[in-house]
Amino acid sequence: MSLHVSELEVHYRTLRGDVRALDGMSFELGDGEILGLVGESGCGKSTLGKALIRMDGRMRHVGGRVVLDGRELPIADDRAMNDFRFKEVSLIPQYAMSALNPTRKIRKMVGELLRSRGAALDVAELERRMDQVGLPREVLDRYPIELSGGMKQRMVMVISTLLDPSLLIADEVTSALDVSTQKAVARALLGFRDSGYVKSMIFVTHDIALTHHIADTIMVMYAGRLAEKAPADVLVKAPRHPYTRLLIDALPEVGVRYAERRLEGIAGSPPSLLDPPPGCRFRDRCPLAGDECAEQPPVAEVAPGHYVACWKA
Amino acid sequence: MTTIQETVPREREGVRREALHFAVRNGKLMAGLVIVLALLLLGLLGPLLVDATPNEYGPRPMSPPTGEHWLGTTTFGQDIFAQFVYGLRSTFAVGVIGGGIAAVIGMAVGFAAGYLGGFVDEVLNMLTNVILVIPTLAVLLIVNAYLGIRSVAVQGLFIGLTQWPWAARAIRAQTFSLRTREFVDLARMSGSGTWRIIAREIAPNMSSYLFMTFILLFGGSVLIASSLDFIGLGPTEGVSLGLMLQNANQWSALQLGMWWWFVPPGAAITAIVGALYVANVGLDEVFNPKLRET
Amino acid sequence: MMLRLDHVTKVFRIGAFGGRTVTAVADVSFDVVPGEVVSLIGESGSGKSTIGRMILGLNPATSGTITFDGRPARSGKEYYRHVQGIFQDPFSSFNPVFKADRVFAMIKESYRPDVPAREWDERVRAALRDVRLNPDQVLGKYPHQLSGGQLQRLLIARALLLDIKLLVADEITSMLDASTRIDVLNLLAELKTRGLGVLYITHDLSLGNYLAERTIVLRKGTVVEMGPTGEVFGGPLHPYTRELLSAVPRLHQEWTDAEAVETCLYHERGASGGLLEAGPGHFVACARLTTC
Repeated sequence: MSLHVSELEVHYRTLRGDVRALDGMSFELGDGEILGLVGESGCGKSTLGKALIRMDGRMRHVGGRVVLDGRELPIADDRAMNDFRFKEVSLIPQYAMSALNPTRKIRKMVGELLRSRGAALDVAELERRMDQVGLPREVLDRYPIELSGGMKQRMVMVISTLLDPSLLIADEVTSALDVSTQKAVARALLGFRDSGYVKSMIFVTHDIALTHHIADTIMVMYAGRLAEKAPADVLVKAPRHPYTRLLIDALPEVGVRYAERRLEGIAGSPPSLLDPPPGCRFRDRCPLAGDECAEQPPVAEVAPGHYVACWKA
Repeated sequence: MTTIQETVPREREGVRREALHFAVRNGKLMAGLVIVLALLLLGLLGPLLVDATPNEYGPRPMSPPTGEHWLGTTTFGQDIFAQFVYGLRSTFAVGVIGGGIAAVIGMAVGFAAGYLGGFVDEVLNMLTNVILVIPTLAVLLIVNAYLGIRSVAVQGLFIGLTQWPWAARAIRAQTFSLRTREFVDLARMSGSGTWRIIAREIAPNMSSYLFMTFILLFGGSVLIASSLDFIGLGPTEGVSLGLMLQNANQWSALQLGMWWWFVPPGAAITAIVGALYVANVGLDEVFNPKLRET
Repeated sequence: MMLRLDHVTKVFRIGAFGGRTVTAVADVSFDVVPGEVVSLIGESGSGKSTIGRMILGLNPATSGTITFDGRPARSGKEYYRHVQGIFQDPFSSFNPVFKADRVFAMIKESYRPDVPAREWDERVRAALRDVRLNPDQVLGKYPHQLSGGQLQRLLIARALLLDIKLLVADEITSMLDASTRIDVLNLLAELKTRGLGVLYITHDLSLGNYLAERTIVLRKGTVVEMGPTGEVFGGPLHPYTRELLSAVPRLHQEWTDAEAVETCLYHERGASGGLLEAGPGHFVACARLTTC
């Protein structure tokens, strides 16, 4: 196992009190595995991504451990994490467009970045990787503003994986892109894993259909907790958690028409994580909810590699 | 069931009442206002309390504060408390007139340029830049030197007419970014006209910014007035806080240890501008519902 | 015929004194009739939002005409009585310093000043119930206290309080979560049973396919294909449409690459310029003209 997260708890400090963004998350990620992390806004998926690489000022590590390749990540210690960032854990942010310094040509910027991490720039390797994601080499001598959104996103991908990190976190990297660019970026991510540039990857997104094309395993989060985690095909074809089922039923696939089959959303909205209600967090919106749901359901392995947190699963 | 009847039909009064509700509970706003109002009152009522005329030479020069001279006297025996309260008066007057005129012109130009854009924007922008690069202090010097009789009002007027360009530019930039927000489009699609959108959609979003602009213009006017006073182009009669500071400096009050001469006017200028700034931070909290929820 | 666009072109002038020009929309013609949802599909930079804004009178067209019920469409109080729009970002659509229900008060002030307050309240509540909102949960709240889905529904309710005939919905679900998105789409579909025409602008093919009777595919400001949704999605003729469709991630199907384009329809039929009618109501542009 390359990544082992146990009982991770991260809170957000706000004026009104602590928001329990992550409330006891445990999961594992194997070598060469791509984990798709899916959920609605505010479910904690981005918090999880951030917690693994850089906590912002309002985040507080409350409990739990993160072990990467046998070494514990000091996620609460911003300084100590510097030894891991970029080399062991790397991030492709949602807005790659703003991650690039607008006043530097790409080649210069990459060189400076690597020097700050005590590594030399291997131009041949850089160009090989650019070829792989379909970026022309001239890009290196351009300014970020001259690149399209998809090109910037792929450039950031190449840069952030140059030191062959063990874990790559891709946070909503495709959500601002057009469908055709989305496909190219997603395929490039797969290529990075296959070439061994990164050992494992967490692909954070709100788009289940897209994740299904990239991920080996999909993990669905709801209100700061794990709802279901299973191999991608199993999760899409035979979901066990009622939330996952409703979410997939609400997806209009190409071919589904309102006139022929009317889809339904999930009524209600997720609970506030300032003071979450006891028991199962999906209880208020769940059509199957019963008395036992007043108690928090444990995460159970219902089949090999298939974890569900639901009494009814 | 009663919420809608209270909020929807009388929406404007509702907003106002609610703002007041949060305003009186905001410490920063109240503290700032109390200091400014206290100094304003002192300036308005103080002259009624002192018998001495501010520039009259007295028999006891260089006296530290005593029961007779509350703030001591100058090298020439002038009563500093009398100078102080009269000075407050003219300082407030020049700040209000100068800052007020500059704010009104700056807002009109800034809103028009930022919201209407295009040709109007280019013309107004050019005008703003022209005024901005004119060495205003030099112009004020010349104008003031030409005018035989100089009053606080005329001083304020000229300061106001030359101070507005940076305010206009700042307001234009803010308006420009707010104009592209979709609620402006929705207001247009609700049948609102241009000026109504500026007054009721855009301006409320930058109310604390506008107040801040006024404060900075107010402070700027006070400082420019002091500079003019410094080189002898202040009001031909009367006193101002700037004039007091200048006299204190000219007669080496600091070196002679006459702290009572320069501390009160200096502290008053700082207190007025500082208190208005603190009030502005408070006002931001009152107007911005997101900051309100503590 | 309700809304009609005839050879509409929009050229933006950019740079100081309008030195450079960018053509955002070039020679676009289509119509929307009462009781149908038409989806306008395109990627970023296709000009789809510019078309929406021109229909709403928020930006003028450079050339061509837009008519609504036979009269030229232009911004103004009377026009907005019948034509309304909703935009992508619900949080930017509400003025953050006021309560969200102010959008209703503004409608009343401009269009219904004679309706007694009590009756107006009832109408507001009825409109909110029509969009499946609980009036007590949303009235008297500030925008940041409501969810994106609730805010978009408030805007649909706002349009219902007018004599609305045409709604331009520009990416209104793209910032909503999957679990609430579909309900807002269903509301749009319900509008057509009230006899409204809906122009649904989106980049998401599956959502357009779910909702619309007719589909218009845009690329770089021009229409490449339009027709009944079933035919455009079931038998796409233009290579761009095929490429888009093949890029959409689907749950139960692997990604495929679009097949190569076979001979151009134009050459077989000897047509030149404009759109060619490939089937009843199904138009396609020349692949050579638009893909080179």
